[in-house]
Parts: sequence; structure tokens; C-alpha cells
Amino acid sequence: MSSPSHTARPWRTRPELPFLLFLVAVLLAYLGLLVTLVAANALTVSPSQALEILKNPDIRHSIKLTFFTCTATAILSVFIAVPIGYLLSRFQFPGRALIDTLLDIPILLPPLIVGLSLLILFNRITPSTCCLVLGATLATATIAGFFSRPRPAPHAPAILSSLALISLALLATAWFTRNSTNSIESFTANRLGLPITFQPIGIVLAQLPVAAAFAIRTLRTTFDQISPRYESVALTLGCNRGQAFTRVVLPLAGRGIIAAGTLAWARALGEFGPVLVFAGATRGRTEVLATSVFLEINIGNLPGAAAISLLMILLAVATLLLVRLFADRSPSH
Amino acid sequence: MLEIRNLDVRAGSFHLENFNIKVGTGQCVALMGPSGCGKTSVLETICGLRQASSGTILLGGEEITHIPPGARRIGLVPQDIALFPSLSVAEQLSFGPKLHRWPADETRERIETLAKALDLTPLLDRSPEGLSGGESRRVALGRALALRPRLLCLDEALSGLDEALHGEILAVIRDMIDRENVTALHVTHSSSEARTIADHVVTMHR
Repeated sequence: MSSPSHTARPWRTRPELPFLLFLVAVLLAYLGLLVTLVAANALTVSPSQALEILKNPDIRHSIKLTFFTCTATAILSVFIAVPIGYLLSRFQFPGRALIDTLLDIPILLPPLIVGLSLLILFNRITPSTCCLVLGATLATATIAGFFSRPRPAPHAPAILSSLALISLALLATAWFTRNSTNSIESFTANRLGLPITFQPIGIVLAQLPVAAAFAIRTLRTTFDQISPRYESVALTLGCNRGQAFTRVVLPLAGRGIIAAGTLAWARALGEFGPVLVFAGATRGRTEVLATSVFLEINIGNLPGAAAISLLMILLAVATLLLVRLFADRSPSH
Repeated sequence: MLEIRNLDVRAGSFHLENFNIKVGTGQCVALMGPSGCGKTSVLETICGLRQASSGTILLGGEEITHIPPGARRIGLVPQDIALFPSLSVAEQLSFGPKLHRWPADETRERIETLAKALDLTPLLDRSPEGLSGGESRRVALGRALALRPRLLCLDEALSGLDEALHGEILAVIRDMIDRENVTALHVTHSSSEARTIADHVVTMHR
């Protein structure tokens, strides 16, 4: 019986250079585009023009208001993102995947729609309708969760009970305020003395949905990276869930919280469409840097618009570097 | 004394059925078995970190099946040790006593006793970051014993240690179990480890 003959063939190595060149070429082309965009702004404005613009009292007010609103939005975003991020990271409950998807909606929506929706919500909808819709939605979710199979996870009864209580409270509020025909805006303006639409506080509300969505993503990842065994040990040592969270998890999430806040701040800085629609762009009142660029273009002051854009780019780059710094130093637990 | 009767635990597709065990006071039982047979699930259920579908867990004659983990008086040393990174060694040891509002003198005395027994006195001000594998395990053991638990649960607490250190820490654990007269449940993959430390060995099957 003859064995099959194997002819020794030399192994051929193909040159790697063309592939590497392709990778580098794509990177350079894209980086080139970004650098050219910044350079185009920088070339449109001379240093003296830029200084003049930045000395303008309206722009100074805009810078101050931007810092104030972005900081308020970042703080609010973190307050919202910490509990939501922790809930999604640690607990299994019916509808979790759906809620996870809903929380990303502000990121995917065209920004203008966020502003328009806020405008309609505050000026066309009554508090009673708002409570009724929220209460009914939560009640439906509670009932769906209660009857869901396979049997929900151990935390589900506590979460479903909380949902049921909140939905009952909302439906009761809707019932007691059913005769009121005032919009949310008139309610907050007349009853609470807090007008929101076309006011600086409206800027924060317009910036919040997208900024909070980014903060939630960041914090959920942060909590995912913290081993649940820390909480297990803390629970056996006598902590309840809340104490385990505040005493053990929160100190470990410090850097993630700062990164989420910084990211929310940067996101709020760039928010334009919702701010324009919901808070307007009144000089010296509701003008933030993003709307300043728009107003400067409208009056034909291109160097002015370019100078403000450069300032925003600098702020965005500084923020991203800060986030990177915190992300890189963040230990994995 | 720990007694478990007809314990059922379900978690997703995992299902542990009719688990029974009895461990006498001051005894150490090693729980062995292949990966995925439910050793850690049993331990977590005893500690109250996982809900039992049915069955009864008795500790010192008291039924603890449905009480919160912190009220069970069980000390846990998990697989990855999980020392709190933001606390010093002394703070790790006093975490439980402070939470239970022990008087300061009693807390200090307890920490000193444990630190001496576990050779941790020179390390009390150190953060967990700089501790060696053996030191980390001794701190985790001290933290679990600080509240004078009725049961000590060790979940593969020696995995990842080199052979010399492994033997040394094993001796420390056995010494502390005897010194504190605490009932212990030790989950392990190693039969030699089980034979060295335990009074009885229980093998679980998938």
C-alpha cells in the first residue's frame, strides 16, 4: 500500500505593509477632517477679535449661564444616574430590558424633538393628565410583572410593591386634581412662583434628558465593574441593602461618579436644539454658548461665532481629558 | 449547630433539590463537589444572600431560613476575599462591631485580640491594596470572626495561594475555628485541603 506523497511546499508570507497602510490612512483621513474643522474656526478669527468677543457683556453672561446650567445639569444627572445605574446593574426584575432600552431613547432621538416634547408637556398638558398617564403606565407594568412567567427574581416583589405604591399615588393625585385645566407651566408659574418655559431653569430641563442618559450608561458600567461580593460581605456583617450601598459601593464608585458628572457636563455644553425650542435664545437671559454661536451667525458675525466655537471646543477637549484621566485611574474591583 | 433540612434552591436553570446536612457546634465540615453542583449556592442560601425555594435552615436551634443576612450571625469569607478597598485593616475588622454599635472599649479589645491571634497587629493601619495574598486572607478571616458569629462560611477562600502559603493559612483557619469554638462550613475543590481542615467531608453531585 503506497502512502500519499507529500511535497514540501514553502510557506508564503504575504507582506503586511499594505494592510497597515490602509489602517493608518483611514485614521489620518478622519483625524485630518477633525483637525481641519478646528483649524477652519481658528483661521476665521484673529486673537484680537476673539478677545473682543469674549469681553462682550452678552457673551460673558452667556459663558456664566453655560457654566451654571451645565453644572446644575451634571449634578442632577448624577443624582438620577446613581440610583438607576445601581438598580439596573444589581437587580433582576420583569421589564428590565425594556427599561434599559427606554433609557437610551434620549440619546437616539433627534435633539429638537426633546425640546418640542418639553414645550408641549409643560404648556399643553395638565398635571392631572401627566399623573394619570404615568400612573396608568406604572400600574400596567406592575400587573404585567406580577403575572410574568417564569417566576421573577427575588428582588421582584419589593420592586413590584414600590411600583404599585407609586402608581397608586400618581392615580390618586390625578383624581384629586382632575378639575384643574391649567397646564404644568401655569401650575408651576402661578402656584409655585416658578416659571420654567423660556427661563434659565428651562435650559437645565432641556439639557437634562440626554446628559442623564450618558451619566446612566457610565454609572451602570461602573457598578457592573464593582464585585457584588463586597455587598454580600457587608450584608452578612449587619448592613441592610441601603447601608451596603452607601458604606461600601458608593466609595468604590467615586471615580465613576466624577466621570459620569463630567461627561454629563460636556454633553450639556453641546446641547442646542432642545435649549432653543424650550428655553429660547434671548440675549442676556437664556443665551448659552451653543445658542450664542447661533445668534452670532444670525447677525452675520462669523468671527464671533468661530471664537465662541473655539472656546466650546477647548472646554469639550478639557472635559474629555478629565474623563479619560478618571477612567484610566479607576481601579477594577 | 447547623442543620439544613430538605433545602431547595432555584436560580435560573440551576436547581438544587433536597439538600440535608448537620454540623455540630465547633465542628468544621468541608463541602466538596464538581463546579456547578451548587456549593456556593448552598453557602449563599445559608448566609441569606439567596432565597431558599423551600426547606429549613436551623442555626443553634433557631430557624434562620427567612431572616435577613445581618441578623443570622454568620461570618463569610468569599472566594475573592472582597476586602473593602477604602478601609484600613483596622477598619475592616471593626466594620461589623461598629455597625452593631458595640461599645468602643469592647470593639477595641476584640480587634486587638483578633489582630494578635491572626498576626495582624503591624498591619492595622495598612490599606488592603498593599497586602499579600496570605495577609488579605487573614484580614478577611478576622473581619468575618469579629462579631463572634455562630457559623463561619469559607467559600474557596484559599484558591490562588501558593503551596507553602496555602498550608500556613489552612493552619491559621483551623486554629481560629478551635480558638473561637465556631461552627464552620468550608467549600473547596481540593480533597487534601478538605481532609486537613475538616472534621467531616460532604461531597455534592451534579
